Amino acid sequence: MSKLVSKKFSLTNVALAIAAPLAAAIFSILISSLAVLASHKSPLLAYKTMWEFGTQAGSLMEAVNSATPYYIAAIAIAVTFRAGLFNIGVEGQLRLGALFSCYIGAMFVLPPVLHVLVIFLLAMTVGGLWAAIAAYLKVKRGVNEVISTIMLNSLAGGLSAYLLSKHFAVIEEGSNNLQTKQLPASAQFPDLMPLLRRIGIGDQPGGGVYGMFFVAVALGILFWFVVNRTRFGFELRASGQNPIAARFSGVNSKKMTFIALVISGAIAGLSGLPTVLGETHSYNLGFRAGIGFSAIAVALLGRNSAGGMAFSALLFGFLEVSSRSLELIDIAPETYVIMQGSILLSSVIAYEVVRRFKLTLQSKELAKVELA
Amino acid sequence: MKNKTTRLLLNATYLLLLISIIRLVTGATDLTSVGTASAALLLSIPIILAGLGGLFSERAGVVNIGLEGMMILGAWAGGFIGSKHGPWLGLVAAIIFGAVGALLHAIATISFGVDHVVSGVAINIIAAGLVRYLSTILYQGGSWPGPSQSPDVKGISLNGLPVLSGGHFFGWQSPDILTPIAEKHWFLISDLIGIIRGITGDLSYVTLIAFLFIPMSFFVLWKTAFGLRLRSAGEAPVAAESLGVNVYAMKYAGVLISGGLAGLGGGFLAIVAANHYQENQVAGRGYIGLAALLFGNYRPGGILAGAALFGFADALQLRDSASIHALILLIAAILAYLVYRDMKRGKMLSASISAVMAAGSVWFYFAVKELPGQLVTMTPYIATLLVMSLASQRLRMPAADGMPYRRGGLR
Repeated sequence: MSKLVSKKFSLTNVALAIAAPLAAAIFSILISSLAVLASHKSPLLAYKTMWEFGTQAGSLMEAVNSATPYYIAAIAIAVTFRAGLFNIGVEGQLRLGALFSCYIGAMFVLPPVLHVLVIFLLAMTVGGLWAAIAAYLKVKRGVNEVISTIMLNSLAGGLSAYLLSKHFAVIEEGSNNLQTKQLPASAQFPDLMPLLRRIGIGDQPGGGVYGMFFVAVALGILFWFVVNRTRFGFELRASGQNPIAARFSGVNSKKMTFIALVISGAIAGLSGLPTVLGETHSYNLGFRAGIGFSAIAVALLGRNSAGGMAFSALLFGFLEVSSRSLELIDIAPETYVIMQGSILLSSVIAYEVVRRFKLTLQSKELAKVELA
Repeated sequence: MKNKTTRLLLNATYLLLLISIIRLVTGATDLTSVGTASAALLLSIPIILAGLGGLFSERAGVVNIGLEGMMILGAWAGGFIGSKHGPWLGLVAAIIFGAVGALLHAIATISFGVDHVVSGVAINIIAAGLVRYLSTILYQGGSWPGPSQSPDVKGISLNGLPVLSGGHFFGWQSPDILTPIAEKHWFLISDLIGIIRGITGDLSYVTLIAFLFIPMSFFVLWKTAFGLRLRSAGEAPVAAESLGVNVYAMKYAGVLISGGLAGLGGGFLAIVAANHYQENQVAGRGYIGLAALLFGNYRPGGILAGAALFGFADALQLRDSASIHALILLIAAILAYLVYRDMKRGKMLSASISAVMAAGSVWFYFAVKELPGQLVTMTPYIATLLVMSLASQRLRMPAADGMPYRRGGLR
C-alpha cells in the first residue's frame, strides 16, 4: 500500500516528508518562546545567546559527549520498540552495568584494548541479566514489561546505592565522594583529541570528545544493519508488528520477546560507560542520573531509526549545553526541559497526523485507479 | 458470587493468621500496630486514586501510562495553590492540573491516534520537566523556599469513628476503646483490632472522600448508562458507535476523569501525606497505581486490594526496618506456598525456582540481622513485582484497550 504513493517522486511527497518535522519545529519554538516570555525576556535574545554559546568548539564537544550515552541508550530502547515492546528500564540497567563493570574492572590489569573490551562485556552482561528479569516475568508470567522495568529501575537505584556505600566504595584521601576504586590506565578509553588536533581543532577548556563516540557510531550502523538487513531483524520486526502473523510464519514471538529485552539491556549496560571510561574512571555518587529517561525521548523523536536517533541525540545534547548560557541573561537554564518536551510531543503528534494524511491520500488515489 | 466472597474472606483470614504468627515469632510488633495500619491507609490512598484513574481510562480503551505525570502535575499544583489559598483549593487545583495533563493525553491519543504508551511516556517526561521549570522560576522569584520544594500547606483536620477510635463530633471527644486492646499484643485479636483502629481513627476528610470513590466508581461504571457506554468504548468501539454511542466523547470523558483522579492522588501526597510539594514526591506511585489496576483485574475492589498491599509494604519500610526484616519470612512463606501449588500442578521447573528463592529468603533472614536503609526503601517495588508475577496470568483487560480508534474504521 505505502509503495503506491511513495513510488512517485512528486511535490506532494516532498512536502509531506518535510511537513512533520517543520510543523513540530514551529510548534516547539512557539511553546519555548512562550516559556521565555513568561519570565519577561526576549525569546530572540535567548535563542541568539544559546546559538552563539552552543556553536563554540568547546560547547559542541560537550554536546557530543552528552549525546553519546543518549544515543547508545536510545538504540537499546529502539531494539525493544521494533519488537513491539518497551524497555523503560534502561536507567537501571545502565546504572548497574556501570557500577559492576567499574568495581570488577578495577580488580585487575589487562593489556589496554582487551581491558576495555572486558569492561564492555561486564557492563553488557550485567545490563542484560537485569533486563532478563523483566524478560522472564514477561514471557513466563505475563507481567507487562513497562511496569516491571519501571519497578526494576527503582530497585536498581536502591541496590546500587547500597552496594556502593556498603561494599564497593574505597576511601580516597581528601574526598567525601563515595566511589569505586580507580580503573587502571589500561581500562581508560582515550579521548579523540589527538585526532581532532590533526584536523585543526585545538584543546578546549571543557576537555576532549569521549572515544566512546566511535563505539556509539559503530553501534548505530550495526543496529541499522541488523534490524533492516538480516533475518533476525526481520523476525524482530515481524513479532513486533504482527505477532499472530509472525507465529504462523514460524517466528517464536516469546523467544523474540526474551531476546529483544536481553539485547536491549546489554546495549543499555554500555550506555553508562562513556562518562565512566572517558572522564571519571570510577563509579561514584555523582553518576549522571536520567540518561535512560532522556533516551526514551531521543528514541521517540528519532522514530527508532539509526539516523533519526543520532540527530535527536545531538539535538538534545546541544540544547542541554547551550541552555547553560541562558543564566547569563537571567533566564532559568531549565528552559531546555520545556524545549525538549515540546519538541517531543509536537513531533510525535505531527508524524502521526502526516501518516494519517498520507493514508487518506492513498485511499483516494486507489479509489481513482479502481474507478478508471 | 457468594462463593467468591467466602474465599476472599478466607484468604484474608489466612493472611492475617500468617502475619500474626510471624509477629509472635519475630517480635516485630510494628507489623500490625495501629501506627502501621494508619500509615498504610494514608499511603494506599494515592495509589487507590491513581488506580481508579487508570480504571476509567482503560475501561474506555485508552492505556494511561501518563498517570505518573498527571500525579506529578497534581502534586505540584497542590503545593503551589495549597500554600497560597489553603488545602481545599489546593486539592481542587490538583484535580484541574491532573485533568490538563489528561487532556493532552486525550488529544494525542484519541484525536490524533498517537500510540498510547508513547504519548503517556511523553507526558511523564514533560510533566516532570515542566514542574521543575516552574519551581525554579518560583524559587528565583523568591516565593519558594527551594528550587525543589513548595512552602508549607495548612493541614486538613482529622477525625475518627466515635466511641471506638476516639472520633470527635461537635466538640465532644469520644473515648478510644480499641487502642488499649491493640496494645495488649494478644495473638490474632490485637492484630485485628490494631488494624481496625489504624484505619478508622485520625482520618483526614480527604481520605474518607477518596475511599468513597471506590464504590462510586463501581456504581458509575457498572450501574449507569454512562458507565455502560464508556465501557463499550473500551470493549467494542465499532459496535458501540453503530448503536449511537459517541465513542470519542466517552474516551475523552474516561481520560479526563482519569487525570482528575490521578491529579487528586498527587495533591493528596503533597497536602495530606506531607505538608508541602517536593520534587520526586510521586516516586513512581502512578506506575504502582497502574500495577494495582492490573493486579485488581480492572475492577475497583481489586484495586483496593492491590493498593492496600503496596500501602502496607510502604508503611512498614517508612516506620520500622525490623518489620521489613520480619517480612522476609512472610515472603518465604508465600514462596513455599507457590512451591506447593506448582508441584501439585506438575510444574517442576518453576517449583524448583520458587524453592530456591524461598530457601534464599530464609537464609537471608538469618544471615542479616538488620537490613540497611537503602534496601528497605526497595520494599514496595519488590512487593509490586512479586504480586504482579503472581497475578498477571488471570487478567482480562478491556478488549479494545490500547488500540487506536478511528470513526469510520480508517486507521
